[in-house]
Amino acid sequence: MQILTIVLQIAILLAIVLLHVAYATYFERKIIGHMQVRLGPMMVGYHGLLQPIADGIKSFFKEDIVPEQADRPLFLFAPVICLVTMLTSLAVIPFAKGWVLADINIGLLFIFAMSSLASYGVILAGWASNSKYTFLGGLRSMAQVISYELPLGLSLVGVMMLSGSLNLTTIVDSQGSSFSSMYLFPQLIGFFVFFVAMLAETNRVPFDLPEAETELVSGYITEYSGMRYALFFMAEYIGMMVMSSIGTICFLGGWNGPFEVPFFPPFWFILKVYGFLFLFIWIRATLPRYRYDQLMALGWKLLLPLALLNIFLTGLFKILVH
Amino acid sequence: MQLIFFYILAIVAVGSALGVIFNRNVVHSALSLLVNFCTVAIFYFMLNAQFLGVVQILVYAGAVVVLILFVVMLLGAELGEQVPAWVTPQTLLMVGLSLILLTVIGSAVFEYPVQGTHGNLTTAAVLQYGQVELIGAALFTDYLLPFELAGVLLLVGIVGVIWLGRKTSSSQ
Repeated sequence: MQILTIVLQIAILLAIVLLHVAYATYFERKIIGHMQVRLGPMMVGYHGLLQPIADGIKSFFKEDIVPEQADRPLFLFAPVICLVTMLTSLAVIPFAKGWVLADINIGLLFIFAMSSLASYGVILAGWASNSKYTFLGGLRSMAQVISYELPLGLSLVGVMMLSGSLNLTTIVDSQGSSFSSMYLFPQLIGFFVFFVAMLAETNRVPFDLPEAETELVSGYITEYSGMRYALFFMAEYIGMMVMSSIGTICFLGGWNGPFEVPFFPPFWFILKVYGFLFLFIWIRATLPRYRYDQLMALGWKLLLPLALLNIFLTGLFKILVH
Repeated sequence: MQLIFFYILAIVAVGSALGVIFNRNVVHSALSLLVNFCTVAIFYFMLNAQFLGVVQILVYAGAVVVLILFVVMLLGAELGEQVPAWVTPQTLLMVGLSLILLTVIGSAVFEYPVQGTHGNLTTAAVLQYGQVELIGAALFTDYLLPFELAGVLLLVGIVGVIWLGRKTSSSQ
C-alpha cells in the first residue's frame, strides 16, 4: 500500500513537471518572440496555446534515425541517462512545507551528484554518434561541466554554513519568512557565482558552446531525431527547472512569501522558479555567446576565487558574530 | 526483500567489474566502471551511509570516470590494441599477486570482524545530529592532522601539474 502511494505521488509529480516543461518551451518562444518584436507561435489554438502539444505529438511520431556508424546501444541510451538523472533530482526538491517526495538529510549533495551524472548523457551522445560535430560538442560539454561544477558547489557552501544543514527543507526554514532574511542579501557574492555557474551547468546562452549552432551545427544532438531529440530537450528544461528551484530554495526563501496563499502552498515557490526561468530566457534573447577560452578563464580565474572568498567571508562573519 | 536486492546488486557489481576487464572498447570499459561505482554507492546507501554514498557518486562516478573518458576520447584510443596471447609470464605474475592480495583481504575480514561503529559515530548519534555534521566534527577534531596533511598533499599535486603543464621558454 505504501509503495502504491509513493508510485502514485511520483506519477503525479512527473506528469505535472513534464506539462510544465512543455509549456516552458512555449513560454520561451513567446518571450523571445516579443523581445524580437514578433509574435511567436500563433497558429495552433488561441495565441498558439496548443503548440507544445502539437510539437510533442509530432516528435513522438517521427522516425527514429540511428546513424549507421554509430555505437548503437550507447546512442540509444544516452538521452535516457540525461532525462532520468534530471528527473531523479526532482525527488528531493521541497515545493512547499511537506511537499517533497524524499526529505533526505543530504538533499543538496544529492542534486549535485545527479547533475554530474547527467553530463554522461551529453558526453556519450557526442561520442556514440560518431560524427565530428557531436564529438566536439560532447568534449566541450565535458570540460564545461568539470570546470563549472566546482564554483557551483562552492557558491552554495556559504548557504550551508549559514543554515548549518544540507537538507533543503531546513535551509528554507532557517531563512525565516520575512523578505530581509533571505540568504540573497548576506550571500550576494555566492548568488552571483551560483547564477553564472548555473547558466553554464545547464548549457544555456551565453555558455551554450556544446550546442553552438553557428560552428557545430547542433553540437551533441546533431544526429538525433524524433523522440530522442525531444528527450534531450526535456532534460535541458528540467535541468533549468531544477537549478531554478535550488536558487529559489537557497537564496530566495523557498515557498515563503509576503502572505500565505490558501489551498495552494507552493504558489510563491512556483512564482520564483518562473522568475528564474524568465531570467534564463531574457539572457538568451540578449547576450551573445562566449568564446571557449573566455568560458574557461571565467570559470577558473573569476568564479572559483570569488566562491572561495565568499566562504572565507561567511566564516569570518560567523566567528565575529558569535 | 533486502537480501534479494543485495544479490541483484552484487551480480550487477561483479558483472560490471568483469565488463571493465573484458570489454574491447575502452569507452565501454569506462562505462562499466561507472556502473560499478554506482552499485558501490548503492551498497553504501543500503548500509545507511548516505553521505558516503553520495560522495562516492560525486567523486568517483562524477569526476574520475569523466576524466578517464576525457583522456580516452582526446587521445582517440577507444579501440585499443589487440590483446596478445592470454598466458604470458606477466599475466601469471598478475594472477599470483591478485590471489595473494585477495587472501590477505579475506583473512583480514575473517580474523578481525567489524564490531559495529566505534567512537562517536553510533546510530543514535547519527539520528540526533546527522551524518554530515558528525563526519565534519570528527574531521576537524580527532583527525585534524591527517585531514590537513591530505590537503597539503593535494596542493603539492596541483602545483606539480601546473609545473608540468607550463609553457617552456624554448618552445615559444
